[in-house]
Amino acid sequence: MSLALWPATASEQAAHIDGLFTGLLVVTGLILLLVAGLLLLFCIRYRRGTQAKRGDLPEFLRRDVELGWTAATLFLALFLFWWAGTLELRASMAPPEALEIHVVAKQWMWKARHPNGAREIDALHVPRGEAVRLVMTSQDVIHSFYVPAFRVKQDVLPGRFTEMWFRPTRTGEYRLFCAEFCGTQHSRMGGMVTVMEPEDYASWAAAQPQEQDLPGEGEALFTALGCAGCHAPASAVHAPVLQGVYGRMVHLADGRTVRADQAYLRDSILQPQRDVVAGYAPIMPSFAGLVDEADLQRLVAYLQSLRGEAAR
Amino acid sequence: MSGAAALRKPYRSLRRQREAAEFGLWVFLGSEVMFFAGALTAYAVYRALWAEAFTAAARETSIFYGTLNTAILLTSSLAMAAAAEAARAGLRRMTLRCLGLTIALGLAFLAVKGLEYREDIQKHLVPGNGFALAEPKAQIFFAFYWLLTGVHALHMVIGLGVVATLLVQAWRRRRPLASPAFEAAGLYWHFVDIVWIVLYPLLYLAGRA
Amino acid sequence: MSDVTAERAIPDTPPAEENYLTAGTSLASWLLTTDHKRVALLYMATITVFFFLGGAAAVMMRIELVTPQGDLLSDDAYNRAFTFHGVVMVWFFLIPSIPNILGNFLLPLMIGAKDLAFPRLNLLSWYIFVIAGILAIYTLLAGGVDTGWTFYTPLSTAFANGQVLAAAAAVFVAGFSTIATSVNFIATVHLLRAPGLTWLRLPLFVWAIYATSIVMVLATPVLAMVLLLIFAERAFGIPIFDPLRGGDPILFQHLFWFYSHPAVYIMILPSFGVISELVTCFARRRVFGYNFMVYAILWIALVGFLVWGHHMFVSGQSMLANLVFSFLSFVVAVPSAIKVFNWTSTLYRGQIVFDAAMIYALGFIGLFTIGGLTGLFLASVPVDVHVTDTYFVVAHFHYIMVGGAVSALYGGLTFWWPKITGRMHPESWARFAAILMFFGFGFTFFPMFIMGFLGMPRRYHIYAPEYQIWHVLASAGAVLLAVAYLLPMGYFGWSLFRGRRATANPWGATGLEWQTSSPPPKENFFAPPVVLQGPYNYHPEHAGPPSLEREPHEPQGGPTERAP
Repeated sequence: MSLALWPATASEQAAHIDGLFTGLLVVTGLILLLVAGLLLLFCIRYRRGTQAKRGDLPEFLRRDVELGWTAATLFLALFLFWWAGTLELRASMAPPEALEIHVVAKQWMWKARHPNGAREIDALHVPRGEAVRLVMTSQDVIHSFYVPAFRVKQDVLPGRFTEMWFRPTRTGEYRLFCAEFCGTQHSRMGGMVTVMEPEDYASWAAAQPQEQDLPGEGEALFTALGCAGCHAPASAVHAPVLQGVYGRMVHLADGRTVRADQAYLRDSILQPQRDVVAGYAPIMPSFAGLVDEADLQRLVAYLQSLRGEAAR
Repeated sequence: MSGAAALRKPYRSLRRQREAAEFGLWVFLGSEVMFFAGALTAYAVYRALWAEAFTAAARETSIFYGTLNTAILLTSSLAMAAAAEAARAGLRRMTLRCLGLTIALGLAFLAVKGLEYREDIQKHLVPGNGFALAEPKAQIFFAFYWLLTGVHALHMVIGLGVVATLLVQAWRRRRPLASPAFEAAGLYWHFVDIVWIVLYPLLYLAGRA
Repeated sequence: MSDVTAERAIPDTPPAEENYLTAGTSLASWLLTTDHKRVALLYMATITVFFFLGGAAAVMMRIELVTPQGDLLSDDAYNRAFTFHGVVMVWFFLIPSIPNILGNFLLPLMIGAKDLAFPRLNLLSWYIFVIAGILAIYTLLAGGVDTGWTFYTPLSTAFANGQVLAAAAAVFVAGFSTIATSVNFIATVHLLRAPGLTWLRLPLFVWAIYATSIVMVLATPVLAMVLLLIFAERAFGIPIFDPLRGGDPILFQHLFWFYSHPAVYIMILPSFGVISELVTCFARRRVFGYNFMVYAILWIALVGFLVWGHHMFVSGQSMLANLVFSFLSFVVAVPSAIKVFNWTSTLYRGQIVFDAAMIYALGFIGLFTIGGLTGLFLASVPVDVHVTDTYFVVAHFHYIMVGGAVSALYGGLTFWWPKITGRMHPESWARFAAILMFFGFGFTFFPMFIMGFLGMPRRYHIYAPEYQIWHVLASAGAVLLAVAYLLPMGYFGWSLFRGRRATANPWGATGLEWQTSSPPPKENFFAPPVVLQGPYNYHPEHAGPPSLEREPHEPQGGPTERAP
């Protein structure tokens, strides 16, 4: 185990922040040396019984020096504020062309989704030299996305999006931590950020299992939930065929006519008895409680996609 | 009771001792202001964020009970102020009557508050499952409604306890009318009154303009 | 050891007259006392218990962290250990320690009063504190809390499975004790100063306690309210901060830090006062720039209310808010720097002796300087983004609160021990403990700066192996530190029975508290003192101490006559 005194520097910001950190180290180091030096000097020179000159303090020491170092520390503080503040302002905005990766945090894992649909858990692959913007949210408590090698950290909150960006400059593997205490396994919530050459990143992303599109997932659900058993064109059960139903006007058993829009499809899944299509028996069971909001979105998206097929 | 007997340990003069009770209470009231300020800041933030939900929710509170209570509380403050002045002037019967009236009005306030709470519960205005309003942010308004009125009612109960103690002590002549406690209790009572004057527009008048 | 035997060889004369310790020995005379000095001792006993409890939690953590895996504690047990450590150390040790032990004992003595303004309220605040303490111990016995001392929502309101309600109640109740004490202190300083003791003649310890009390009165109620909100949300499901119903968890952080940043000054301001008393006495010099010291204390107390947002640079608050809070945080560094420079300059042309209390004070100045300077790193937004929520922050605030406030507490106890108990502690043991505390502290907490900068997040039960070396160093240093904390308990206890009797003013100090017997009589002074001049008259005003001899100083209160 080698003894590192400086963390790996793998992003553009890291270099700037290290500059500021070094500056602060020098300034505070000098102040500390001054204070410690004076303490030691006075303690030795003016220890009890030495021959050093005592007596009244010169007038300039009593007032001018006090005012002087008050002003000096104030100016130093203002200077440091200026330095840190300008650095912060310059780095605040992500460049518009930045690669946007969505991050969802939950107890106790990080989930990332790349622009092409590639997904990963507790890991993040990013291309070197390109600005990467993370759009993050949490499903439960507050977490914090922290990559020491990039010198970036941002709390991830439930119910809203927070953003951060960085531009990796060195390939390699760097640690990812959750930095905001988030419950029992807080210390296990982390992973690795892998910085790759852009072409490696492209081939990596292409090789990942793609996220299925919403209609595709909806189709799987349509079969899994048994919808296809009745609504398929070849089914023995007397149920409406759904090909091309989206957007059409349908006649209901009670004489009304409604447009089969998203809301209608959604209601028909949850409350099938309400708007029964004319000519069919009210035999469909309710799926309320069996499907959640996300499943509903998928199913409706699938039905929407069927419209195109029917038209073809 | 003679002046020397009323002088307690750390003090060298009665005047200082009187000052101390009042001064200490003022400092404590500074603390109380910050206590309510914490909740009122949170209220202000949410009202700025969810203005419509808040005004819609505020229309559900009972303006009748709220206004009635405002009147009762203001009158009780008058009685309390009269009690403190009477005590200072050494008018024993007047002091006792005014303290009694203060307590009666304070109890009336709590009784009206109880009726109001009962109505609110019947109208399903307690945040949680089965809440009356659909907008979830309306629940935040009612969270503050219950908390602020509840904490205020708790202050009323404490104030009633203090005034009742003074009444009993003055009745049994165990506390001289010159005691700074009457003035101090008055300060506290008025403070609780002022808190209500802040809460009344925030909780009852919002959305009714 | 030879020193100790030499001390014991001196004949042990019993004190001539009754003092506050001997005026009644029944249990009731202690539990129902309204004497501020006895209440201070009650606080001392209670706070010591909590110091041990919080310390035990720290010991468990340091042992656990020797290896990167979790060997000693489970995830949950570790989380409960650091939460308990934080809650107990903040609210049951650091905040009450100096104000309630030394402040309670010394404030009336230093201003020439017979007692605090409201003696019964003082006792009541101790009982409230004990109730809060029992709640805190109940929390521990019932399984502990796992939210961190910061109670961040929604973790604390909807997800944590520990005793959040009991812990919040404990802290809530402790707040009442704090407010009662500070109301008492403020009224005392305003109303009970001895004749002639004008505001700018007050010892700096009194100023520090006074400023602390103002911060306590104004900040603590905000904590009480925010805990009430958390309590209501968790207990009754009332939405306040719930993001699912439109609540804002960041608002909780704003309210919480509006209290908790001033709380840092509640913890450190009293130690500024202690150090000012110690440095002047053992350097035999008037404090350098008395007025500036007073203004610095008040400036810190005021601006300390305006910097809370620097705890939230990565929370998602706006860039503007970040810059404003960064600016104010740099500004609040200036008065702290003034204090350090002034203590250092007080040594200039002094007649310095290195008694144990002085060693604590010098150690304090060094450690506080490091703690304060690293605050500049944290005030710089870009650097803070990297090191916040890492061990860098842990090291920073331990330098302020443990290196600072706890060193000052031990230094103050050492300095005023003869006054409190009437017995001298063994000086060489005390010097040894003071030096050990300085180095033990450095070994424990300096490695944390390095590992924090390397990226080690705080509140981690298991960690990446590259940080192990620093954790091992810290744990080894903690052994030294533990010895340095336990040692004084031993020799202080020993001195109670075997220590040399103390004279009224063993250090030759000028404060009013030294112008009465050790220990003081029940009503503090035999004759009410009258003050004719400012504090720290270790030498005539426009002269220094003489070159060779220690000149007899002039006490602030003038000669007090013993009542016949």
